[in-house]
Amino acid sequence: MATDQRGRMPAGAQLSDASGIGRRGVLGAAGALAAAGGVITAARAQAPTIRLGVLTDMSGPYRDPTGPGSVACTQQAATEMANRGFTVEVIQADHQNKPDVGANIARQWYDQGVDAIVDVPTSSVALAINGIAREKNKVFLNSGAASSDLTGSACSPNTVHFTYDTYMLAKGTGAALARSGGDTWFFITADYAFGHALQRDTSRFVEAAGGKVLGAARYPFPATTDFSAFLVQAQSSRAKVLGLANAGTDTSTCIKQAREFGLTRNMKIAGLLMSFMEVHSLGLPTAQGLLMTEPFYWDLNDRTRAFAERVRPRMPGQAMPTQVQAGCYGVTMHYLKAVADMGAVQAKADGRAAVARMKAMPTDDDAFGQGRVREDGRKIHPSYLFEVKAPAESRGPWDYLKIVATTPAEEAFRPIAEGGCPLVRS
Amino acid sequence: MEDLFGIPAPLLFGQLLLGLINGAFYAMLSLGLAVIFGLLNIVNMAHGALFMMGAFVAWLLLDKLGLGYWWALLLSPFIVGAFGVVLEKLFISRLYKLDHLYGLLLTFGLALVIEGVFRNEFGSSGLPYRIPPELAGSWDLDFMFLPIYRAWVVVFALVACLATWLVIEKTRLGAYLRAATENAPLVQAFGVNVPRMVTLTYGAGVALAALGGVLAAPIYSVNPQMGSNLIIVVFAVVVIGGMGSILGAVLTGFGLGIVEGMTKVFYPEASATVIFVIMVIVLLARPAGLFGRA
Amino acid sequence: MSDTAITAGSLPAPKAENAVAWGFSRAQFAALTAMIVFLAVAPFVLYPVFIMKLLCFALFALAFNLLIGYVGLLSFGHAAYFGMGGYIAGYSAKALGLSPELGILAGGVVAGLLGAVFGWVAIRRQGIYFAMITLALAQMVYFFCVQAPFTGGEDGIQAIPRGSFLGVVPLDRDMAMYWLVAGIFLGAFLLIHRIVHSPFGQVLKAIRENEPRTISLGYKTDQYKLVAFILSTALAGVAGATKSLVFGIATLTDVHWAMSGEVVLMTLVGGLGTTFGPVIGAAVIVTMQNYLAELGAWVTVIQGVIFVACVLAFRRGIIGELGNLLKVKL
Repeated sequence: MATDQRGRMPAGAQLSDASGIGRRGVLGAAGALAAAGGVITAARAQAPTIRLGVLTDMSGPYRDPTGPGSVACTQQAATEMANRGFTVEVIQADHQNKPDVGANIARQWYDQGVDAIVDVPTSSVALAINGIAREKNKVFLNSGAASSDLTGSACSPNTVHFTYDTYMLAKGTGAALARSGGDTWFFITADYAFGHALQRDTSRFVEAAGGKVLGAARYPFPATTDFSAFLVQAQSSRAKVLGLANAGTDTSTCIKQAREFGLTRNMKIAGLLMSFMEVHSLGLPTAQGLLMTEPFYWDLNDRTRAFAERVRPRMPGQAMPTQVQAGCYGVTMHYLKAVADMGAVQAKADGRAAVARMKAMPTDDDAFGQGRVREDGRKIHPSYLFEVKAPAESRGPWDYLKIVATTPAEEAFRPIAEGGCPLVRS
Repeated sequence: MEDLFGIPAPLLFGQLLLGLINGAFYAMLSLGLAVIFGLLNIVNMAHGALFMMGAFVAWLLLDKLGLGYWWALLLSPFIVGAFGVVLEKLFISRLYKLDHLYGLLLTFGLALVIEGVFRNEFGSSGLPYRIPPELAGSWDLDFMFLPIYRAWVVVFALVACLATWLVIEKTRLGAYLRAATENAPLVQAFGVNVPRMVTLTYGAGVALAALGGVLAAPIYSVNPQMGSNLIIVVFAVVVIGGMGSILGAVLTGFGLGIVEGMTKVFYPEASATVIFVIMVIVLLARPAGLFGRA
Repeated sequence: MSDTAITAGSLPAPKAENAVAWGFSRAQFAALTAMIVFLAVAPFVLYPVFIMKLLCFALFALAFNLLIGYVGLLSFGHAAYFGMGGYIAGYSAKALGLSPELGILAGGVVAGLLGAVFGWVAIRRQGIYFAMITLALAQMVYFFCVQAPFTGGEDGIQAIPRGSFLGVVPLDRDMAMYWLVAGIFLGAFLLIHRIVHSPFGQVLKAIRENEPRTISLGYKTDQYKLVAFILSTALAGVAGATKSLVFGIATLTDVHWAMSGEVVLMTLVGGLGTTFGPVIGAAVIVTMQNYLAELGAWVTVIQGVIFVACVLAFRRGIIGELGNLLKVKL
């Protein structure tokens, strides 16, 4: 997830981290973390162990779409890739959406023999770990962060960015909607870099598809709890689509208040960064008619349904996996296949080589189907524009979305030449 | 359509009204803070957390007991108020002889505990709470759609503030309260149980916060950090108004809500900071606050 | 007021008779020696990055204690200066290519300037009003940092180079950085001690004990308070600047009000108005967070409980209680 909502963190989401105190302290903490995370495979004699650290938001605003579910999906992949000549161990930690906390844990993990760090929502934390993985020649398998810089100016030979990014979101929603009649837009934008980027990219695609942006209201982030003033402005613009260039609770509150102020009667609302987990917490009566782009939904096809059924017993509250959680599964599967292909000992010794092997092999997993990892570390797959079903259309729990449009894999992401990734030139 | 300051007049009126609605929350919270401060001389840093609790209790009543909005409006302030009474008895009452800053630190700690517990229990992503069917829908006021529930919030908050003011200014209980604020030992000497009055005052101030929480539940997101977002702004409101006067707290709350609403029209980027800027100006011109006694 | 003043940790100052050197009493001198020995040995035994983090927070708490402990002013917005120092140092090192010592200096200067402006506004009110005003002003800084382009918004400033000290000593190795951080910490520690024991410091303490009387003695207390505020904020800026170079990142975490609460907690746990309390308090809190990281949100609850416990039963803090027990001033 792109934004970090430190301002919305409860009072005490205070700094805490896992930088070690002494070597003994380090090992003790590692033991505790491993115990807490659940070592999923008993060590077998002599077989090398691949250690995966799921670093995610276990307590903050992104806990539900990432968090324990990301851990469960990573463990699912580890289970499915068992018996390939190495054992897999999954540990977890909470980065609390703080870059220095995340960076500390990552340094310590890599120093203690963690081979790959998985997930890492919140762009600021992801960017910090991107650098550490490169410095220590380990592997960073990102699913949760939105920043397209991870495969752009900050791209690294040690990183794979799997699930989505801001470019994909903007294109999937902006271009597809403008083409299908949603050609006049008004934005409500969180006034900081992420919000600006999302608004700018989406506007570009809307305009490229012949649409028009009628206006935008930038609201102070993270201090705004009442969006009615901006919603009234949006209403009086008479735009057909309201684009919400924000995330998390801001998006939910906007949607709730948009319904209250009757915007849904004559406007379509597009949450530019939403997952169906937010639909789940808003409830269908409030969320119906919303538009959002995701590369994964559990009910896409037989393979996604099979994957969802397999992983659900592990999921907190038996929830369906979200795109980020499914991404943790997909990227872990692919990494472990690459490890099996090149040999665990070599993969552990050289993170860069492991990622190079991932790029050389086509991907294929139940959640995302067939695809590939590009030279800049970007995983390529189609993205889908979904509309939230009306309560009457829903056939049961978790049946929330229907596909409105599909963006094919090769068009869904930023063209490799436009990203400015230094790896590509060399 | 006429323009005022380059903005269509209807839009401006609409925003004025919306500002008033947000002002209602500022007013209720700063009123509670002022009542508590008046008698206890502490800044209740836990006020935001208790506001949040009010909303959560409403949600819990619905989810666990099936009691809807109207019950919550009645019960939640009592439940949270009772919780406040326990807090006062157990913790806050031990600090009256000490520097006021200790009260601030203690209630800050309590706020951390309360928010942390709710975050562990309910996560951070927010819980759904619907507008009661009786207040759903909206009025078409020509210049804007006014959701009926928002109108209800303003009216209800005004009534609650007015009732509090009446109790303090016009009743015997209020007279004791004001007297105890001035000189507690003397009032005690007249046979009034001042410690109990202090406890109940804290409970009442907390109940006002909880009432605000219930009012907010259907329109804001019910999440553990909903109070901490609001409370720093409310502190600025209190500094601007000065904590000396009940009416001052209410007027400042509504007034600043309107100012903030106007900022959202003319320069939305500044709407978060405008109240703090006003605070600085007031401090430079009138350090005791608009309604404060120096 | 003096019997109820916030600085319950301080005992009446034992005067010069048992002072050994530089205004340190014998006990304090022993503690100082122990601290220096620890600084020299620690990086060989413990994880140097951890010790550096601890020292940055200890310095932050010392700066904060200068205000609360010796002037009796509770600033609830010190994260603004800490975080701003970090951003300035990060920006100077990364975008302007300044050397680390200049970056840290710039961080301190800018934080001090910010402190001068905010202090000028805030000292108009005392007590809880002062706390609320500093909190509100710090919140403005937070909003500024979210929006300002140079801070990198929610991504923060990433990959800040440590550079070379005085252009000669490269600081990329943790041990090299450690000695710089230890030096800054020790220097600032001695500076604060010197300030507190100067005639200027005596006036500050007089203000804490009884401001009206100090005014009646002819001191312009507002000026003293403002200077103390600027010194405190500048040192907080130095702490934040150093931290951003150690970790190579400067982010919104450090300007958020939760950080302001955290430094209050560190100082309270260690002992308000004691010489060594903030250091011990920072060590306790940072270590605790380290071990409790996997508990997630419970860390918040535990910190809240510590707050409540300290205020109710433990107002002197660790060092204050220890000093009381040993009948010395630490």
